[in-house]
Amino acid sequence: MSALTREETEALIAEVLEVYPDKAKKDRAKHLAVNDQSIEQSKKCITSNRKSLPGVMTIRGCAYAGSRGVVWGPIKDMIHISHGPVGCGQYSRAGRRNYYVGATGVNTFAEMNFTSDFQEKDIVFGGDKKLAKLIEEIEGLFPLHKGISVQSECPIGLIGDDIEAVSKKSAAAIEKPVIPVRCEGFRGVSQSLGHHIANDAIRDWVLDKAEAKAFETTPYDVTIIGDYNIGGDAWSSRILLEEMGLRVIAQWSGDGTLAEMENTPKAKLNLLHCYRSMNYISRHMEEKYGIPWMEYNFFGPTKIEESLRKIAAFFDESIQQKCEQVIARYKAEYEAVIAKYKPRLQGKRVMLYVGGLRPRHVIGAYEDLGMEVVGTGYEFAHNDDYDRTIKEMGNATLLYDDVTGYEFEEFVKKVKPDLIGSGIKEKYIFQKMGIPFRQMHSWDYSGPYHGYDGFAIFARDMDMTLNNPCWGKLTPPWAKKPESSSEVEAAAVPVAA
Amino acid sequence: MALRQCAIYGKGGIGKSTTTQNLVAALAESGKKVMIVGCDPKADSTRLILHSKAQTTVMHLAAEAGSVEDLELEDVMAVGYGDIKCVESGGPEPGVGCAGRGVITAINFLEEEGAYDEDLDFVFYDVLGDVVCGGFAMPIRENKAQEIYIVCSGEMMAMYAANNIAKGIVKYANSGSVRLAGLICNSRNTDREDELIMALAAKLGTTMIHFVPRDNVVQHAEIRRMTVIEYDPKAKQADEYRALARKVDANRNFVIPTPIEMEELEDLLMEFGIMEAEDETIVGKTAAELAAEAAAA
Repeated sequence: MSALTREETEALIAEVLEVYPDKAKKDRAKHLAVNDQSIEQSKKCITSNRKSLPGVMTIRGCAYAGSRGVVWGPIKDMIHISHGPVGCGQYSRAGRRNYYVGATGVNTFAEMNFTSDFQEKDIVFGGDKKLAKLIEEIEGLFPLHKGISVQSECPIGLIGDDIEAVSKKSAAAIEKPVIPVRCEGFRGVSQSLGHHIANDAIRDWVLDKAEAKAFETTPYDVTIIGDYNIGGDAWSSRILLEEMGLRVIAQWSGDGTLAEMENTPKAKLNLLHCYRSMNYISRHMEEKYGIPWMEYNFFGPTKIEESLRKIAAFFDESIQQKCEQVIARYKAEYEAVIAKYKPRLQGKRVMLYVGGLRPRHVIGAYEDLGMEVVGTGYEFAHNDDYDRTIKEMGNATLLYDDVTGYEFEEFVKKVKPDLIGSGIKEKYIFQKMGIPFRQMHSWDYSGPYHGYDGFAIFARDMDMTLNNPCWGKLTPPWAKKPESSSEVEAAAVPVAA
Repeated sequence: MALRQCAIYGKGGIGKSTTTQNLVAALAESGKKVMIVGCDPKADSTRLILHSKAQTTVMHLAAEAGSVEDLELEDVMAVGYGDIKCVESGGPEPGVGCAGRGVITAINFLEEEGAYDEDLDFVFYDVLGDVVCGGFAMPIRENKAQEIYIVCSGEMMAMYAANNIAKGIVKYANSGSVRLAGLICNSRNTDREDELIMALAAKLGTTMIHFVPRDNVVQHAEIRRMTVIEYDPKAKQADEYRALARKVDANRNFVIPTPIEMEELEDLLMEFGIMEAEDETIVGKTAAELAAEAAAA
C-alpha cells in the first residue's frame, strides 16, 4: 500500500476524532497533525505537554517515574530511596535495563529497591524520622555507596515531610551527599516534569556543592548526557568518541557515577543525546560554567557520521582527522549490514510511538535500511521536540502527541504499517492484530542500538521481527475463509466413524 | 434505644471540648451510656472525664505497636466518670504528617473492633476546629454521626465558622444521612448574644439548642481536670449542662442546613451591631493615608 496523501491523512484524523464528544474532540484535534516540512515552528500544527483527557488510555508515566526511573535511577554508585509506600519503588526496581559494571549490593546498587515502605503510622506521624533511620541503616549495611537520593512519592507532598532538613542532617552525619528530590507523582502532566525536577536537584545538590573539587582536565574532555545505557547504548557510543581522540569524563546517567556528575562542569563540551530529559542541566552548565552543549544522534550510519563530524568540528584538526578514520574504519562493517538487510527491509513502513528522543532519532536508522517512518509521536514531548521532528519526517506523514489507545489502533488499521515500534503496553495489542512489533523503550530485551555496533543489532532485530515466518502462520478466527463447502461441513460435523 | 452518633464542631477555642465533656457527663449522670471519640491531635477531648492530662491515643499506640491492626479495643479505650468510654484518635505534633489520616484510621479501627456496641446510647465525636480536609469530615460521613451540633458564640468569627461548617454538612447531607441538629451557644457575654444566635440558627434552618452562660466554675473545675457536673453538682452551671443534655436527648429536629451567603451573614451582624456598615472608601487605605485625608477635610 502506498503512503497516504495529505488529504487522506487529514481525513483519517477527522474520522478517528469523530467518535469523541465535542470537548474531547476539540482537545485531541490539537494533538494530531499531518506533517508539513515547510513549517518552522511546531506550535503552529501540534500541541503538546498538556494534561491527558480523563477516560482515554494514555501511556504516560509520572514525575516520580521521570526522576527515579529515568534520570537518577541509573547512577549506579548511589542509593536511590523511594520515599513513601512500597509499590512505586518495587515496580520501578531494576530500572530500564540500564546496564552497568559493578558488584550489585556492594559498590553499585542500580537494580535494587530501597524504600521507606510507608505504613499508616508514617502517613499520620510523618516519615522524616524513618527516613533518617533508613539512611543510617544504609550507611551501616552498604558502606561503599557514594551518596543517597531521596525520591519523593505522592504522599510526601501531601503530608509535607521535610526531606530537605533530613537530607542536610543525614548528609552531615554520614559525610556523603544526600539529595532530596521533590518528584511527587501527582506533579505535572507526565514524567517530563520529573526529568526537570531531577535536573534541578542535580544542579542544586550535586554541581553547586562540587565546584571546589579538584579534577585534572584535558582539552578533549567531553561528556555523554542523556544516554541511559539501555542494553549498553552508552558503551557503543562512548567507544566512537574515544576512538576519535576524545576523553569521555562522564556518562549521564547510564552506568554513571556521582563523581562523573560532579566532574561534568569541567568538560569542554557536553554531548546531549536525550534532549528532553537533560536539556535543563545542559543549559544550566552553559549559563553557569560556559560549557557548550551539542545534540547528536547515534542511530544509524548516516546520522552517526553527521554527528561525529559535527562533534569533531568543535575540536582541532587532529580530532577531525581521527574522526574521518573512525568513519572509514567502520564503513565496511555497516555497509555489510546494509547490504545484508536492506534488500529484506526495503520499502517497509514503520509507525513509532515512544518517549524521549526516539520518535525522531531512530528515523535515520530506518531510512538507512530503506524503510520509511510514516507516523510518529511522543508520550511526553514539548514543542521543542516537535520542532526537531518536523524536518525528519516525510510530508503528509502522521504526528500524534500523547496518542490515546483508541487513536493509535485506528491509525494503524488505516495506515497498515509493516512494523510498529512502541512500548510494552502496545506490544500485545498490535501483535494480536498480526502486525510485527518492536518494543522500543528497552529494545525488546536486545540492544545496544546506538553507534555502529548497535546499528548491526538494530538491523538484525528489525529483520528478525518483520520477516519472522510466524506472521504468515497467524490467521485470526474472523479472517478464516473456508475453501470449499465440503470443508465447512467436515469442520462442523464430527466424523461419525 | 438505637445508638445516636453526634459530632461537635465549631471554631477553634470556642469551648467544644469543655462543652462536650460537661454535656456527656450530664447525660451519664442521667443514666445514659456514652462514648467520647476525640478527633483532634491535641487529644484534650477526654481529660475532664478521665482526670488525666491527655489520654494515650489510638495513633500513638498504633505507632508503638507497629500498626493499628496490632491493637485491641481495650488498649485504646479508657473508662472515666459515669462509666463514660473515652477514646482519643490522636495524631502528629503540629507541622508534620497528616492528622486527618489519623482520624480516619482511628475511626475505622473503632468500627472494625466493634467499639460501637449496642449498649451505648450516645457517641460524641469532638472534632478539631474546622472541616479542613477529608479526614476531619470522617465523623460525618455515611454511617457515622448523624447529628451535628455546632458550638458557637456571638463573636463574628465563631459565626463565620458555624456557617462554614454548615456548608460542609450540606455536602455530606445530600449524599447521606448526616443532619444539622442545632447550635449550642457557649456565651462570651456579647450583646444580645442569645437573640443573635437564634437568628443565625433560624437562617441555617435549625434552632439554638441551648444558651450556656459564662461561669467561672467551669474554669475552676477544669483546673482540677473535672467537669462541673462532677466537681460541683450543685452549681448553677451544672444545671445548665443538665438542661443542655435533656434538650439534646429530646432533640428530633435534624435538618439539612441552609448556609447563608457572606453578605447575608454580614447583614445579620450589622443588624445586631456586631459589625458596622462597611465604608467602601476606607478599603485598602493605610493609617497614614487616612490621617492625611482627615487633615485635608
